[in-house]
Amino acid sequence: MRIYLMITVIALTIYAIRLAPFLFIRKPIKNRFIRSFLFYVPYVTLAVMTFPAILTATGNIVSGLAALLVGLFVAWVWGDLFAVALSCCGAVFLTEWILKLLK
Amino acid sequence: MTSSKWFRKGMKNGIPIAAGYFAVSFALGIAAKNVGMDAIQAGYMSVSMVASAGEFAAIGLIGSAAGILESILTSIVVNMRYFLMSVSLTQKLPEDVSPVHRFLLPLFVTDEIFGLSATVEGKLHPAYTYGIALPSISGWAAGTVLGVVVGNILPAWAGNALGVAMYGMFLAIIIPPAKVDHFIGLLVALSMGLSFLCSVLPYISKIGSGFRIILLTLILSALAAWIKPREVE
Repeated sequence: MRIYLMITVIALTIYAIRLAPFLFIRKPIKNRFIRSFLFYVPYVTLAVMTFPAILTATGNIVSGLAALLVGLFVAWVWGDLFAVALSCCGAVFLTEWILKLLK
Repeated sequence: MTSSKWFRKGMKNGIPIAAGYFAVSFALGIAAKNVGMDAIQAGYMSVSMVASAGEFAAIGLIGSAAGILESILTSIVVNMRYFLMSVSLTQKLPEDVSPVHRFLLPLFVTDEIFGLSATVEGKLHPAYTYGIALPSISGWAAGTVLGVVVGNILPAWAGNALGVAMYGMFLAIIIPPAKVDHFIGLLVALSMGLSFLCSVLPYISKIGSGFRIILLTLILSALAAWIKPREVE
């Protein structure tokens, strides 16, 4: 029972954090600095989350690096979301397969 | 575009997220099992929280039988970045959006779903976010439950390959705009460089990753807005 209580309390806390801005900010923000700040937020957040975490996501830095390089390349020339994600997975799969053959 | 078209577009874009979520939440399920949670509890946790670092923290709190106040305070710190993401999304909504969405959308503000929703061209149609959320959260919940039930049955190569799907998607979101707008490109490169530094420097690397993300986001976005303010529509 205690576990359910803790899960519920934590879940409500997280929901409150996500809900508050939706309740209190109903108008477009006019301030140019804040608007620009919010414009940049997703780019910085996603960049910070991707690197260096992608290097250690596979437990093998070589295949992680392969995923990064292939991902950067495919995102640059093609840009399709699904294609980039899939080619990263393929890069990891191939790299680890080659590494296994070399052993 | 109509609601159903947006929803379907979201579902398609949600598939790579689902793959990444499945791999991450599988590990989460194993961790939950290790502190004595069963599949139903872990599934309930994943559906009600939908937060990676937040849930790892929750498992730690449950495992150490922490008090309610400590649980709330820890959760606030670990999940603070969602506040910023929600603020950003309020500005993407059309002004005449139905109030229902103000209560529904926050259920789906995760790093990945936010990343897609915030970078869509023009205003955000809530159906797009719900479309992304459906496969994503299904994958998230399924991974957690399976992690508890079958533990280590997923072969390592499959887990490794799935684990990078999410990062590939992040690259697909940030690289194309960086190619067109050199300032965004510079900002992305700087963010990655500083993130790397923060993860290897003594002392600083001790900061938890959730906290590191929010600190760097605040500092670098403010710096960018100060150097190059934008005319956003």
